[in-house]
Amino acid sequence: MDSHPIVQHIPRLRRYARALAGDRHLADDLVQDTLERAWTKYHLWRPGSDLRAWLFAIMHNVFVNQMRSRRVEIEQVMEEPPSAPVRATQSDGLELADLERALSRLSMEHREVLLLVAVEQMKYAEVSKALGIPAGTVMSRLSRARARLAQNMHLQSNVVPLKAVK
Amino acid sequence: MTQYRDEDLQAYVDAELSPSRRGEIQAQLAQHPEDADRVRLYAKLNEGLKKLYESVLDEPIPPRLLVRPRVWSRRIAAAGMAAGLLAAGAGLGWFGRGLQSVPATALTLPRQAAIAHVVFTPEVRHPVEVGASDEDHLVRWLSKKLGTQLKCPKLGEFSYELVGGRLLSGPNGPVAHFMYQDKRGSRLTLYVSSRRGESRETAFRFSQEDRVSVFYWIDGNFGYAISGEIAREPLLKIANAVYQQLNP
Repeated sequence: MDSHPIVQHIPRLRRYARALAGDRHLADDLVQDTLERAWTKYHLWRPGSDLRAWLFAIMHNVFVNQMRSRRVEIEQVMEEPPSAPVRATQSDGLELADLERALSRLSMEHREVLLLVAVEQMKYAEVSKALGIPAGTVMSRLSRARARLAQNMHLQSNVVPLKAVK
Repeated sequence: MTQYRDEDLQAYVDAELSPSRRGEIQAQLAQHPEDADRVRLYAKLNEGLKKLYESVLDEPIPPRLLVRPRVWSRRIAAAGMAAGLLAAGAGLGWFGRGLQSVPATALTLPRQAAIAHVVFTPEVRHPVEVGASDEDHLVRWLSKKLGTQLKCPKLGEFSYELVGGRLLSGPNGPVAHFMYQDKRGSRLTLYVSSRRGESRETAFRFSQEDRVSVFYWIDGNFGYAISGEIAREPLLKIANAVYQQLNP
């Protein structure tokens, strides 16, 4: 087994891609395109800097390009019910199948931020680096993504996040 | 009386707050049950999302994700000689991740050596597997792989210093590949390949493989080739020195 640092990140790239793209094959296509780009650009990676953030930034760019070039295809996939069987069906009272469906109805921008924080457990600063957006934008997208997700699951009627509590 | 904003609640859920700020928010939430519910819901969503995809981490990685095809072609392209040097091999099904895939008998010794030369000399970060600082280890390792006592010629009198070496697969088995570099960054490679068939000896031969000049010879069960993008005459002097050092 190849012990190159890039290879060690493949399982996490696959997980993120799966959550992002929904479909297994589309997700692995996304990972493959990301890796091809990462291998060819590896000489540009600055040793000592965060390799994971670098790889996720590449995946973000590849994903954005793929969405642009095959928007129609992706939208069709997103409208289908989740194809992969969900192993665990419940988490703390949440139906995971509902959660997956609700997630797939989020916009790409919201999905990315939410997944990097919740699934990949990145710090906000890392998310900002990986997606190339300011920290404030990470915060506002995260806030809206969560409100939308809860709304999609009919768990929360109030979708307008409070700006401040007085 | 104002105490927190929506950002604080998000950061609270994601454990991004300092311990003191976290304590403050926690105290505030006791006064605002609706927000406390929301925080609990968001934490549940975090957990659910994690659970939803965690099994992907344990799946075997599909083999197609473990190959590195484009790097290979980029290296060749970087050498700017892909068409010329590889045409012979390509038609014969030459493909894949390295010289491992060169079909036996398809390529002559100087061509194999020239391909290895153009593939690895443009490398900036990883020109060799084992660097010159580990020369002893390098020579021992490659000697063991080739089943003979190798020597690493010294080319300091020509202003070339050892960069290091790597192991390659040639059509007949393992190949030892040594790289040298001068102060201007010009690189030479020495390609030592085991060969099949009866032991024999040849004189020096010269081959011009596109931009790469190659002097090569066969000595016993091994083929030797020294390659560089330099003129024939200076390379001949170096080839002579290499030969003499290998056969004192």
